[in-house]
Amino acid sequence: MLYNEPSPLETRVLTRRFSLPNSASIDTALANGGYQQFLKACGMTQEQIIDEVKASNLRGRGGAGFPTGMKWGFLPRQSPKPKYIVVNGDESEPGTCKDRVLIENDPHLLIEGILIAAQAVGAKAGYVYIRGEYRYLIDIMEKAIDEAYAKGWLGKNIQGRGVDFDLYTHTGAGAYECGEESALLESLEGKRGQPRIRPPFPAVAGLYQCPTVLNNVETFCAVPSILEMGGKAWADLGIPKAGGTKLTCLTGHVNKCGVYELPLGFPVEKMINEVGGGIRGGRKMKAFIPGGSSCPVLKGDEAWPLTMDYDAMAKAGTMLGSGGVVIMDETTDMVKAALRIMHFYAHESCGWCIPCREGTTWLKKILTRLDRGVGTTRDIDLAGDLAKNMLGRTFCPLGDAAALPTISIVEKFRDEFEAKLRKVQVAVPAFPDSPLVVMQ
Amino acid sequence: MTFSPELEKRIEKLLASYPSNRRKSALIPMLMYAQDETGYVTRELVEEVARRIGIPPVQVDEVVTFYTMLWRKPRGKYHVQVCTNISCLLTGGEELYEHTCKKLGLGHRETAADGVFSLEEVECMGACSWAPAVQINYDFYHHVTPEKLDQLIDDLKKVH
Amino acid sequence: MVNLTINGIAVQAPPGTLVIDAAKKAGIEIPAFCYYEGYSLQAACRMCLVEVEKMPKLQTACTLPVGEGMVVRTEAAAVVKARKTTLEFLLTNHPLDCPVCDKGGECELQDMVFRYGAGESRFTELKHHVDEKQWSPVVFYDAPRCILCYRCVRVCDEGMGVGALGVVNRGVLSEIAPSHGDHLECDECGACIDICPVGALTSGTYRYQTRPWEMQHVGTTCTFCADGCKTTLGIRNEKIVRGNNRDQSGINGEFLCVKGRYAFDFQEHPGRLTAPLMRINGKLEEVSWSKALAAVAAKFSEVKSRGGQFGVIGSTKTSNEENFFLQKFARQGLGTANIDHRRSGDIVTLIDALAGKTDALGSVQDAYLMKASLVVGTDLAQEHPLLAFQLRANFRHHDSHTYTVAAGPVREDSYSVAQVRAAAGEEMAGVESLRDRLAKEPELLVLFGASVKGEALRKLVAFVGSLGIAKVKYICLMDYSNSRGAMDMGLLPDLGPGYKPVSAAGLALPDMMASTGLDVLWIVGANPLARHELKSTGAFVVVQEMFLTETAARADVVLPASSAYEKGGTVTSGTGEVQRLHSAAKTMGAKPDLEIMGLIAKEMKLNLGIWANANVFEEIRREVRGYNIPLPTIATGQAVQTSPLNGRVAVASRPDLIQPAGNTLFTSGSLGKYSKKLTSVMEYPGALYKPQY
Ligand SMILES: Cc1cc2nc3c(=O)[nH]c(=O)nc-3n(C[C@H](O)[C@H](O)[C@H](O)COP(=O)(O)O)c2cc1C
Ligand code: SF4
Ligand code: SF4
Ligand code: SF4
Ligand code: FES
Ligand code: FES
Repeated sequence: MLYNEPSPLETRVLTRRFSLPNSASIDTALANGGYQQFLKACGMTQEQIIDEVKASNLRGRGGAGFPTGMKWGFLPRQSPKPKYIVVNGDESEPGTCKDRVLIENDPHLLIEGILIAAQAVGAKAGYVYIRGEYRYLIDIMEKAIDEAYAKGWLGKNIQGRGVDFDLYTHTGAGAYECGEESALLESLEGKRGQPRIRPPFPAVAGLYQCPTVLNNVETFCAVPSILEMGGKAWADLGIPKAGGTKLTCLTGHVNKCGVYELPLGFPVEKMINEVGGGIRGGRKMKAFIPGGSSCPVLKGDEAWPLTMDYDAMAKAGTMLGSGGVVIMDETTDMVKAALRIMHFYAHESCGWCIPCREGTTWLKKILTRLDRGVGTTRDIDLAGDLAKNMLGRTFCPLGDAAALPTISIVEKFRDEFEAKLRKVQVAVPAFPDSPLVVMQ
Repeated sequence: MTFSPELEKRIEKLLASYPSNRRKSALIPMLMYAQDETGYVTRELVEEVARRIGIPPVQVDEVVTFYTMLWRKPRGKYHVQVCTNISCLLTGGEELYEHTCKKLGLGHRETAADGVFSLEEVECMGACSWAPAVQINYDFYHHVTPEKLDQLIDDLKKVH
Repeated sequence: MVNLTINGIAVQAPPGTLVIDAAKKAGIEIPAFCYYEGYSLQAACRMCLVEVEKMPKLQTACTLPVGEGMVVRTEAAAVVKARKTTLEFLLTNHPLDCPVCDKGGECELQDMVFRYGAGESRFTELKHHVDEKQWSPVVFYDAPRCILCYRCVRVCDEGMGVGALGVVNRGVLSEIAPSHGDHLECDECGACIDICPVGALTSGTYRYQTRPWEMQHVGTTCTFCADGCKTTLGIRNEKIVRGNNRDQSGINGEFLCVKGRYAFDFQEHPGRLTAPLMRINGKLEEVSWSKALAAVAAKFSEVKSRGGQFGVIGSTKTSNEENFFLQKFARQGLGTANIDHRRSGDIVTLIDALAGKTDALGSVQDAYLMKASLVVGTDLAQEHPLLAFQLRANFRHHDSHTYTVAAGPVREDSYSVAQVRAAAGEEMAGVESLRDRLAKEPELLVLFGASVKGEALRKLVAFVGSLGIAKVKYICLMDYSNSRGAMDMGLLPDLGPGYKPVSAAGLALPDMMASTGLDVLWIVGANPLARHELKSTGAFVVVQEMFLTETAARADVVLPASSAYEKGGTVTSGTGEVQRLHSAAKTMGAKPDLEIMGLIAKEMKLNLGIWANANVFEEIRREVRGYNIPLPTIATGQAVQTSPLNGRVAVASRPDLIQPAGNTLFTSGSLGKYSKKLTSVMEYPGALYKPQY
């Protein structure tokens, strides 16, 4: 089911079958090219598949943007241990709701991508880790898996090609950190979602300490079209160094919020004004987050001239991230936004390492006060300073993800913090305690 | 502790999904599916799951207390979850949450005395482009306004 | 070797060495909370961040292996700042209740803040608070003080093999949790408390007793099992308030079990005898030492002069000096060969079977180092916690192979390469079933329990010998702190000190008890009447004891004895390691057994030599085979292994009398019953603790 109208400006490659009736069923998939690229992969060597993916310039769609072909190449060719495919369907980055659309509308595309990856590295089993809130997607996925088994696209000797592959779903239970790949593996092993020391990376020691391909849902979904079009042609959908298309979630103060498949390098201005139908109420854009709340926030003016790709965003001091675009118009209270974002990270910090565990909560307390207009300008400095003290010193990138938006908001919108201090809005005790996670 | 035949089947399938020496992998799904039946993770359930998987209870506690969707106290028959994270915040999520608090007379992670409703202010649940969003049990509701929410709740009250 | 520079100093280290260890070798300290040598890496506290050239971010020295040409700076401005800010973060929710914290003065957090921290805090919010919890009679947990270094979790899981601790909640609410919801069912070893860098885990015995700097510390040898752990007793106002292994210098390194750490409280049990007792008109009444000694001496002299029958029973907990002196007293002073003690391991047969071999008796260190171990007929983790700990560490650090043949299930099963079930006395078939696998091992340490004795033991030695393994060593497991020493010192009716046969064998313990003709029964530190009936109803019974045991209650004279923690001397562990006892406390009115025996000898006008520990030990070094050991080593608190393998033992000394006490972690024969701590542990829900393997 689609929750928003498609835009004519989209380049619909991954989402091609979405508008077909019964798009999630295997019959629809098979009648429209489904699984054919897997058959093609069966006729290719592992190197050929990986080379094709490398040529496509596909970079991981989960947020970090690591080149996918290269990642697959890291798996040992020969391994006494079994190899695994793990799909990251934890999708919890605030602002992001694209993997959901992919699984809901075309689960067989995902299965096909997984099968191709399995062929590329020689894996015999895989798990689709789906966040607990997406229970209905687990049902859809399981139905699709059952269909695929029934029609001989999963299981033993798939389509008589001598290929075996088993696929299972695995539900999360409410923890953002489980999107981080090593924490996801811990969770999949039945443990707390706390990250692992890396190296070794999953390619060498992943699930059950075995070589593992771990990618985002969208990354796997891109693979069949890469084999279909050829890596080079797929790359050319985007711009040099950033191949293909990306599902982009427009959220916040745009008229036509929704998930759209746009080629990489798509201009921000066109994305907001043409795909998104402009800023709500014709207002000005105050702030812009390119890909989920973990990215540094840009001022509206900084964002307008950019294009949606890795390098352009890096140059502007932020990241392309997960595809969750957050658009904030001039009515937005940036102090509140900073607080809400920090509230999230304090709630989601796994607690493993000191700077993130203590830093996020401390910052949340300070931002709470600043939001209520209680505090001094020293508190504004303190907030910025503490965030910097977390940066680069935590065990996993969640600490950075918490620090970066805060640093950027405090720096870029300092005047709003000061303005709040000048007019105390709510009478509160001087140092309100804000116990944050009330987990019973 | 006895489970329904459906749950037993589900658990059997789960345990078959992982290598036989990796039964612990089934822990989180087992708790999630069992909780759907028991309402929340009781002490009894902790011990039972520990026994079935063959791990000490503390390893179950470690997990139960880590994941927010695993509840250690009763939830309502209808668990109303309102997102106030950034995309929802920008589109009225906070007001919607406050409205829901008043409507249900409940606060964050509280359950009504009659056990029909419980409320939770949740983090982003992957509905940001169709914000503000609400989940009731596992069902998503998009572009929710206070009026729409009242309607939803009133309907559920009737069903109940 | 890898070459790198740390703070400008050229350092060489083997590949794989962690930067934190390489720095330590070079004398450079990198602060760390979560890193703990020998346990898995966490990289959680972020205190060890260092600057490494060509690496964009600060690196954790505790996970970073040395690299060729690496340039590390541990005091760069960025590093100093990072430490300071991490400590600032850490202190935000820390209660800073140092003035009332047990750990104050020996707290790593205090030291760290002193050295690296900021002078003031910028944290002005309310701190998160939760109340302290009691998890067991010995373990208390104060979450706000906890810095979440996860040392306790690892020591319990990896070190103890128990896995009773976990982490619950998440984020800032994270805390440590016990095995069963609100309480612990575990070994109660206190290792978690010991390893805790702060005062988050505190012990039921020690908490709020003293400030650390008010204590004196006496390192001595634990008086419970035969593993021979060094325990450092903390003394305040002449009272033992703590047991731990402060300097980790003993054969046990960082290890202690519940007994070594907490069961010292028997020493101040109200039942301690503080004055001699004499049976007057059928009732035991307190008398003076001189009166009691005179009565004993008079009786001994009288019976000796008329050629009457003596029976002498020694102890498995008294010192070598006392045991040696006792057998000398019996044999030379009283002219009797009726001397024995309660035996718990067939070391006699083992020494005989290994005659001609050298270096074939295993030590505690061997259990950690040898490539393979065969554990036969014992529940090692229950009966020999130190040896079990060593085997686990060996597996963890060196991937050693362990084979278990036991009635089981036993804790060793979880990491053994083979687990064979065999009833007591029938282990041989199980061992033989492992023939092919054992034969492939380059080294083998054989640890066997009391059920392997006599012929069965000879068979075992012959079988293992036939496998062609290059290096084989044996550990004969025994019950108590000086079980081995009692054998070595010749508390046997047929073998004198050093396993020298005696000309005419006397009565063994059960035979003495069954005899109707004893005139005197003299018992030093044993409780045979708990198991045997004394058939010589008219015998004059003299008992040297700490408590009014079943045996003491039957005595005609009871002489109050000092405990092992109140005297000097040496003891020999089951692995033959000789260690010193040091006096840590005093019980008014009681005397060390050696002194009591010396005083009786004096009263009897016997010349048995000077009864001072040093003199008796000199005699032991001359007389007892294997005991000619370097004095300075044991004088400095180290252990030396005796090597009694220098010939056959002519007499097979009644293997049938070998009877294990079957102690568990929480019991230790009669003595254990006088420790309130051990008893309370048994009565706690944890008593339900049936080891689950
Ligand atoms: C805190 C944190 C949360 C993350 N959440 C997600 C997520 O929800 N989904 C996802 O695919 N990747 C997430 N990632 C990125 C993953 O660690 C990993 O890079 C990604 O799944 C790899 O797949 P890709 O290369 O296909 O992107 C997260 C990373 C961090 C540090
Ligand atoms: S930065 Fe540290 S506390 Fe935060 S999520 Fe990562 S490991 Fe956990
Ligand atoms: S006392 Fe010993 S066994 Fe018990 S939790 Fe602590 S370390 Fe583990
Ligand atoms: S209780 Fe002590 S050892 Fe355990 S995690 Fe906390 S501070 Fe570390
Ligand atoms: S922000 Fe509310 S669903 Fe994503
Ligand atoms: S010692 Fe390195 S992170 Fe704790």
